[in-house]
Amino acid sequence: MRYLPHNDADRQAMLSAIGARSIDELFQVIPEAVRLKDLLDLPLHKSELEVDRIFRDYARQNIPAAEHAFFVGCGAYRHHIPATVDYIIQRGEFLTAYTPYQPEIAQGTLQYLFEFQTQAANLLGCDVANASMYDGSTACGEAILMARRITRGRNKAIVSGGLHAHYRAVSKTMMKYSDKDLVCFDPSPDDPEGDLARLLDAIDDATSCVVIQTPDMFGHLHDLRPIAEAVHAKGALLVAVVTEIVSLGAVMSPGEMGADIVVAEGQGLGNGLNFGGPYLGLFGTRQKYVRQMPGRLAGETTDADGKRGFVLTLSTREQHIRREKATSNICTNSGLCALAFTVHMTLLGEAGLRKLATLNHKRAVTLKNALETLPGVEVLNSRFFNEISVRLNQPAAPLLEKLAQRKILAGVPASRLYPDDADMKNILILAATETVHDQDIDKLISALSEEL
Amino acid sequence: MVMNRQGRPTSVETVPTDQRPDTTSGHRGLVHEEALIFEIGDNAHTGVDLEDIGTFETSLGGLERKEPINLPGLSEPQTVRHYTRLSQKNYGIDSGFFPLGSCTMKHNPRLNEKVARLPGLADIHPLQPESTVQGALQLMEDLAHWLMTLTGMPAVSLSPKAGAHGELCGIMAIRAALEARGDARKVILVPDSAHGTNPATAAFCGYAVKSIPATKAGHVNVAAVKAALGPDVAGIMLTNPNTCGLFERDIIEIADAVHEAGGLFYCDGANFNAIVGRVLPGDLGIDAMHLNLHKTFSTPHGGGGPGSGPVVFSEALAPYAPLPYVVRTKDGLHLREHPEKDDASFGRLVAFHGQMGMYVRALAYMLSHGSDGLRQVADDAVLNANYILSELKDFMTPAFEGRCMHEALFDDRFLKGTGVTTLDFAKAMIDEGFHPMTMYFPLVVQGAMLIEPTETESKATLDQFIASMRALAAAAKDGDTHRFLGAPFYAPWKRLDETKAARQPVLKWSPPAAQEAAE
Amino acid sequence: MTRTYYSEDHEWITVNEDEGTVGITEYAQSQLGDVVFVELPEVGAVLSKGDDAAVVESVKAASELYAPVTGEVTAVNHSVVEEPSLVNTAPMDDGWFFTLKLTDPSELDEMMDEEAYEAYVKDLG
Repeated sequence: MRYLPHNDADRQAMLSAIGARSIDELFQVIPEAVRLKDLLDLPLHKSELEVDRIFRDYARQNIPAAEHAFFVGCGAYRHHIPATVDYIIQRGEFLTAYTPYQPEIAQGTLQYLFEFQTQAANLLGCDVANASMYDGSTACGEAILMARRITRGRNKAIVSGGLHAHYRAVSKTMMKYSDKDLVCFDPSPDDPEGDLARLLDAIDDATSCVVIQTPDMFGHLHDLRPIAEAVHAKGALLVAVVTEIVSLGAVMSPGEMGADIVVAEGQGLGNGLNFGGPYLGLFGTRQKYVRQMPGRLAGETTDADGKRGFVLTLSTREQHIRREKATSNICTNSGLCALAFTVHMTLLGEAGLRKLATLNHKRAVTLKNALETLPGVEVLNSRFFNEISVRLNQPAAPLLEKLAQRKILAGVPASRLYPDDADMKNILILAATETVHDQDIDKLISALSEEL
Repeated sequence: MVMNRQGRPTSVETVPTDQRPDTTSGHRGLVHEEALIFEIGDNAHTGVDLEDIGTFETSLGGLERKEPINLPGLSEPQTVRHYTRLSQKNYGIDSGFFPLGSCTMKHNPRLNEKVARLPGLADIHPLQPESTVQGALQLMEDLAHWLMTLTGMPAVSLSPKAGAHGELCGIMAIRAALEARGDARKVILVPDSAHGTNPATAAFCGYAVKSIPATKAGHVNVAAVKAALGPDVAGIMLTNPNTCGLFERDIIEIADAVHEAGGLFYCDGANFNAIVGRVLPGDLGIDAMHLNLHKTFSTPHGGGGPGSGPVVFSEALAPYAPLPYVVRTKDGLHLREHPEKDDASFGRLVAFHGQMGMYVRALAYMLSHGSDGLRQVADDAVLNANYILSELKDFMTPAFEGRCMHEALFDDRFLKGTGVTTLDFAKAMIDEGFHPMTMYFPLVVQGAMLIEPTETESKATLDQFIASMRALAAAAKDGDTHRFLGAPFYAPWKRLDETKAARQPVLKWSPPAAQEAAE
Repeated sequence: MTRTYYSEDHEWITVNEDEGTVGITEYAQSQLGDVVFVELPEVGAVLSKGDDAAVVESVKAASELYAPVTGEVTAVNHSVVEEPSLVNTAPMDDGWFFTLKLTDPSELDEMMDEEAYEAYVKDLG
């Protein structure tokens, strides 16, 4: 077996050093009755060539985004990733390192985490950001729990209808076995303002936080300033959620608009679609709440010679020290995804990010204008970034299947996220990133005009 | 003669090495100082070329971002150099021996990386129509089959994003199952040798944690478990092999006792590498167990993630597993993403469908090894650990008598009176070119040193390591404390001041002007 | 007339009539190592004997300080929050945590005096 260095002579020599007659002897601690005698009923080992072939077969049965006119978004976005990003994350010193518990030989990881935290904080408009979470959805749940810790005694979290359906479901799961109360509003794709107004009415003295996504699941952008004011007036916190991180190159950050905790899905920078994971949760907040924040943190310090360096810090919040009193049970972050993010961000710089964001917005404006020319299509957005929703004159899901046959992946039918909501049946959510060509939009419009 | 004036001296002159000059640049040969991107880049530079945009009518509705964001950019060559230099300050499995106990730092095959990047697996969207991702669903189903077969368990959830997330998944299923039968139990038993994630997880799920002491031999105290069981106990979280590197031989008795008392049995599968192909957790009475794909199944640790922690379930818990999961219908494979009528699932744990990129890598690892290779993995991992234990037991102090499974645990008794601590010893190992072992864990052992070699280390590497450890132990006993207290001498950094970092946390870079203003 | 009492959990309380000042002992600070963070109770909080009253953190450990007796918190020492190293340098003095108005001074009878505490610590090794 190519990954195992020993030959039988090595094994024999080691066994005699140990004083064991056989390897089996080392497993005698396992009760006889359950000790396996035979190999399990699975295929035997395979060569690299054979394994490679098997995975090509799996891959062949999928249709990659690049081979389609591609408008699928809704929480995961296809952006062009510079070749440099993938080269760097495959360097063995990054790829095969562990969590940097020995800082003298892990400054590579620690320094990029510190740089990542700074980029994330600046992007989200927060004082501080952590070294990443599993993904945006779990970060959202953790933010609600954190708000609860800060506003001791307040148990109610109010969730806007525009929050991604999966984020809402994950948050519900995370609150399930606590005494926390999650009040979720129904999605209202045609009425983003009404969604927020209902939210404001629901805030009371038991409210710990209000959770709002912008751009929301249907692509609507929200001005958080009036909401932040109203939330703060009641002594509650505003949790803002961003699922398309590139939007922050064009749109005012949630922090600037008054959000107290900002969580985001960072996949859009540096990380591919990967059928849903691994992704990258970003988590930022105000300085004064740092100790209530979950997840790892890299901090600056000096070594014994006075040289600047970085360490994991404030770890007394974490499970390996606090055990049952920890802020969260999280152990792992998304280190390598954070590296991909920070490398991509460094390549872009502010100038590049702003341009990339503008380009995305331009594509979406082009798409919207084109869709509005079609009969049977009603565009629901007036204020958006790179994603819009339309109400069709027929159910979206079957139409999508037809379009897929024509090499167009036209978006996400809202019914996939809300299968029981009849109002969602005809709604289609379409994203247009910089990877969408003008020809792709032409192709979509001409196909739609034939199918509708 | 014709003089060739290109000649230059090629013999070496001896210069005393203790007279090393300071360099003018601060770099030292191949060891480069590298500033932060905020100090070498600026907001105007960029390393990407994007098409020109021209003017168009925007629809941002007055929410344009106007203030500077402060994100420095670097050109592509500068970027490559920055991160290459940072990488050279890191120790990975590729660099050398990494015996970090409880973390299973084994070789990460590059084939896994290659196949995970096939466009048909990497460039697919989680919400594409199912008809366009049948290969991905098939892969998930096949991975599930391998995990169920290797554990002898009838169900698996692939959702969890890491080991601790898997624990959450398992304990939530336990609570859902208990509530479904109207049983509001309040307590989870956790041995005091457990990973910190265990009690944190139990608390997260609303349970009180009751600690179970270890025996003098490093096992869970069965009598204490039995004494603690009762109508209020929801279950137990047990690691097997445990964090002392020992197989809990009374596990079946414990499982029976827990079940008899109406509780359920969660097993932390972090150390599955030691027993894969040798025993089926399903035969041990387990109800749920997570598997760290980034430990046993070689997906890279990546400097702290991403991980992946699928959970296998018994028949009793399977109905409560989270959504989504793959089901086979007459039209092909289908993802069940929403609860259907009478569905008992406790809900959704993550957006989308989990860590697909990790599934690909783990399955490539499993297919490469096959059932024969995986059994060999456990055999060699246990052989290597016992070899280290037997070769070091006379030089250091093993925490417990007898053989171990996949990791060898020592305590700090051999350092008593030397003035050298476990931490100092670990730092001296850095100078020897090794990554230190896990230290001060498990908590049940004084000054613990937990050494897990894994199966992918050669005998030559182990012999080198053993020689160094013997020499260090001897040096400590001989009073050569300088070597330890000042260590590491040969790492790019000396010991870092963690107190300073925690007392005045600096968690992001700010411009020098702002730093001064703050002081 | 002030007197100082010690608990087995290494808290001290110096009492003057029904007002007590609480902190951690020299032994406790030496065991904790460099203190990096202190969290204090709120003024007005009513604590029962044995309640979690404050948190002391070093780099690798977080410890709870328990209320040595029952009472209401009357003042807290903001200096130790701003400068946690005071707990290391002056645990019995400038590194105090909070003051309490005692509800039941008889609870002090169960505590140790300096001599008894010193013997107790010596036994711990």
